[in-house]
Amino acid sequence: MNGPQDMGGLQGFGPVLPETDEPVFHGEWEKHVLALTLAIGFLGQWNIDESRHARESLPPANYLSWSYYQIWMKALENMLEAKGLVSHEEITSGKASSPRADVKPATGPKAAPGILSTGGPYVRPALAPAKFAPGDKVRTHNINPRGHTRLPRYARARIGEIVFVNGAHVFPDAHAHGKGEDPHWLYTVRFTACELWGEEARKGDNVNVDCWEPYLEPA
Amino acid sequence: MPHDHDHDDGFSSLEDTALRVRALESLLVEKGYVDPATLDVIVDTYETKIGPRNGAAVVAKAWSDAEFLDWLRRDASEAIASLGYTGRQGEHMRAVENTAKVHNMVVCTLCSCYPWPVLGLPPVWYKTAAYRSRAVIDPRGVLQDFGVELPADKNIQVWDSTAELRYLVIPERPQGTEGWSEERLAELVTRNSMIGTGLALGPDEVNP
Repeated sequence: MNGPQDMGGLQGFGPVLPETDEPVFHGEWEKHVLALTLAIGFLGQWNIDESRHARESLPPANYLSWSYYQIWMKALENMLEAKGLVSHEEITSGKASSPRADVKPATGPKAAPGILSTGGPYVRPALAPAKFAPGDKVRTHNINPRGHTRLPRYARARIGEIVFVNGAHVFPDAHAHGKGEDPHWLYTVRFTACELWGEEARKGDNVNVDCWEPYLEPA
Repeated sequence: MPHDHDHDDGFSSLEDTALRVRALESLLVEKGYVDPATLDVIVDTYETKIGPRNGAAVVAKAWSDAEFLDWLRRDASEAIASLGYTGRQGEHMRAVENTAKVHNMVVCTLCSCYPWPVLGLPPVWYKTAAYRSRAVIDPRGVLQDFGVELPADKNIQVWDSTAELRYLVIPERPQGTEGWSEERLAELVTRNSMIGTGLALGPDEVNP
């Protein structure tokens, strides 16, 4: 979706302000948002692409003004409610007033480190041979789906070159919307800065974008 | 309908945010969806166990061990896993090497993708609109914000983490470090040098 998350190339946000000796968390509540988000994730009621879509679907004004952990918090509330794990009344009151949803038990502290250190690979067996090889010229499609996509606007309808073929990966455009993993070949595509930003961009600079095969056509 | 706070209007203050997080946590514990002891384990993992020292060890080994560097080039996920750095947001790794001709910089324009097992959780600036918007269109301007000026003839490769591949920049090894141990070399490897918004420290920039 052409939402507030798709920021590449926007202007006017000012300088990047690095913080000296930045702590991992800025306040106790941030720790709890991170931990709740991951721990609820262990229940397997949604996947990472649904999470990302929940965050990018927040009202743009909020997305741009909240801190990242506030975005995570609100998206978590929305997903819990959408999946029927809690009701709106329960979120508002902070008290349980409906039965527990029929989901697996909470993950205990002994199992958590193993889950975190294992992660979940996104490579899947390929359903067809890869259409492109390193060195091939490709053009990205000009797509503007209302749903989730990982093709940023700045890289749509642009010509680039395949630099890596990364195997078949879970396809977020389907996975975020309950349409299964729908694995497709994932390529790293190199675009010149001039192709993306015009002739005034610096020659020799490039931007590399990981693109699934359905985003690409031969050029 | 009167509420303590109106959820649809967002967060009125950090105090309000903290209250809401506490209320949500107690609700999720009460409903049996999360175990409070598990929450503590998760926080401890990312606060004390996983951080940029992991990535620094990878870089120092790449600088010291030609076989490891070759492995990192061929299969960064496996090479990094061999050092024990695995897991969430690091399932598929790629190492990108700075050279005399090329400087690499990593961003996630669409959210906050970041290689957790080697760098820990991302710094706030990495998740800001300022960085995400500008890294792809004006990487040299971003570098200036970090006090980094590249030689005029050095090209930039920006890597936008749009999929589940996670990128680790291998900065150039500083001169004057011949014969240093991996442990000593790792002290030169800053977090920002592994994102590409900084360079490795010189030998005179660390305590002897």
